[in-house]
Amino acid sequence: MIVRELELDLDAFEGPFDLLLTLVLKEELDLAEVDVAGIVVRFVERLAEREQLDLEACGEFLVLVAALLELKARGLFPDEEAELADLEPEEAAEELARRLAEYRRMKEAAAWLVERLAGERDRFFRIGPAPLAPQPERRLAPQDPAKLGEVLRLLAAPPPTVSLAHMELRFPPVAQFVERFRALLTRRSVVDFDQEVGGLTRVEQAVAFLALLELRRANQITISQAAPFAPIRIARAEETAAANERTPAWIVHSA
Amino acid sequence: MDRPLRLVVANPLDALARTLEALLVVASAPLSLDELCAAAEEEQERVDLALGLLGERYAEGRSGIVLEQVAGGWAFRASREAADACARLFERPVQRGLSQAALETLAIVAYLGPCSRPEVARIRGVAADSAVAGLVERGLIAEAGREDGIGGAVRYRTTPLFERVFGLENLSQLPRLDDLGDDADMIRDRLHAVSAQRTA
Repeated sequence: MIVRELELDLDAFEGPFDLLLTLVLKEELDLAEVDVAGIVVRFVERLAEREQLDLEACGEFLVLVAALLELKARGLFPDEEAELADLEPEEAAEELARRLAEYRRMKEAAAWLVERLAGERDRFFRIGPAPLAPQPERRLAPQDPAKLGEVLRLLAAPPPTVSLAHMELRFPPVAQFVERFRALLTRRSVVDFDQEVGGLTRVEQAVAFLALLELRRANQITISQAAPFAPIRIARAEETAAANERTPAWIVHSA
Repeated sequence: MDRPLRLVVANPLDALARTLEALLVVASAPLSLDELCAAAEEEQERVDLALGLLGERYAEGRSGIVLEQVAGGWAFRASREAADACARLFERPVQRGLSQAALETLAIVAYLGPCSRPEVARIRGVAADSAVAGLVERGLIAEAGREDGIGGAVRYRTTPLFERVFGLENLSQLPRLDDLGDDADMIRDRLHAVSAQRTA
């Protein structure tokens, strides 16, 4: 029985095994499409037709199918082994042979280990955690006590107090500014906001602006600004009926 | 009294031998020559001689305790004739058999180690994760650093226990792979024959 003349009838291929191998090695047939199990079944069927076991053919077939399977596996997981794909068919065959031989040697080594283990079955010995090793002594060079005291004094000095000034935010009540703007507007018809708050702190300016918004909400004033960042001008609201109605309704909360 | 002249003088190495004996009986793993020298505060040459003395005293067939050179050091073990009795009371380090996958993985790590799981998988053609984990659990292999580069795979090497279980003085006692039958040429010829046939 000649393995390479094994006639195959698969979905992806019909013809002798030899041709299949040729096409695969030439990459004219995608191995992923080939049902390797089908090849094995066909071979086993052919084998069964004969009365005598053809060891030579079986060996050859195994080698070829193993190589095919390895190629197929690598084809199915391409990113794992990109290097094989870059090789010429001859080189790929060489590489496969090298790997098969390497694996074969490791199998032999494993068999040797089995044998060795069987031979060494009678070895009994103590296994356990290692007894504690003595702690290495840490020897210090001779020291000068005065120098040590000096260093300790440096460490003992109280650290400079940390300023928390930046964390203090004092908010004056919004009502204070509301009253102030009201008082101003009884004397003057138009007030320049920037001018009024110019001398105040940033926080006070912010609260003053809140007071402004409160007054505007209550329709007691009108605010105008010619352009962004231009001076904000505050004027008394027109004495409209609507404004009068809503005036007493507002309540001011200090921040 | 007319005593005959004592020909067997107390060996000057006896005291050292007794010290080494004591160290070895306390140890749970083989002690290297360096360790013995350091603990006994003796020169290597004398320790070697004393070990020779002990080796004669604790030889197979002479004593229930046998001194052996194993896993890069010296250790006591039970004599083989006591193995059956030992087996009734104690479990062997590798009592349960190793699977074929574990044996092949062990062989690869022993010969090519330190090597990583991907390397083992590459040679065996299948993932080696469970085989490696099993061998680590049995203490036959252990982690030995990582492969170069960021996130490199963990590498494994065989442990002193491996050498002990298999009775090896060191890894160089493993048979050469070439002696285990190199049939790369045979396989290569087969594959070449196939590629030759396709051109015909």
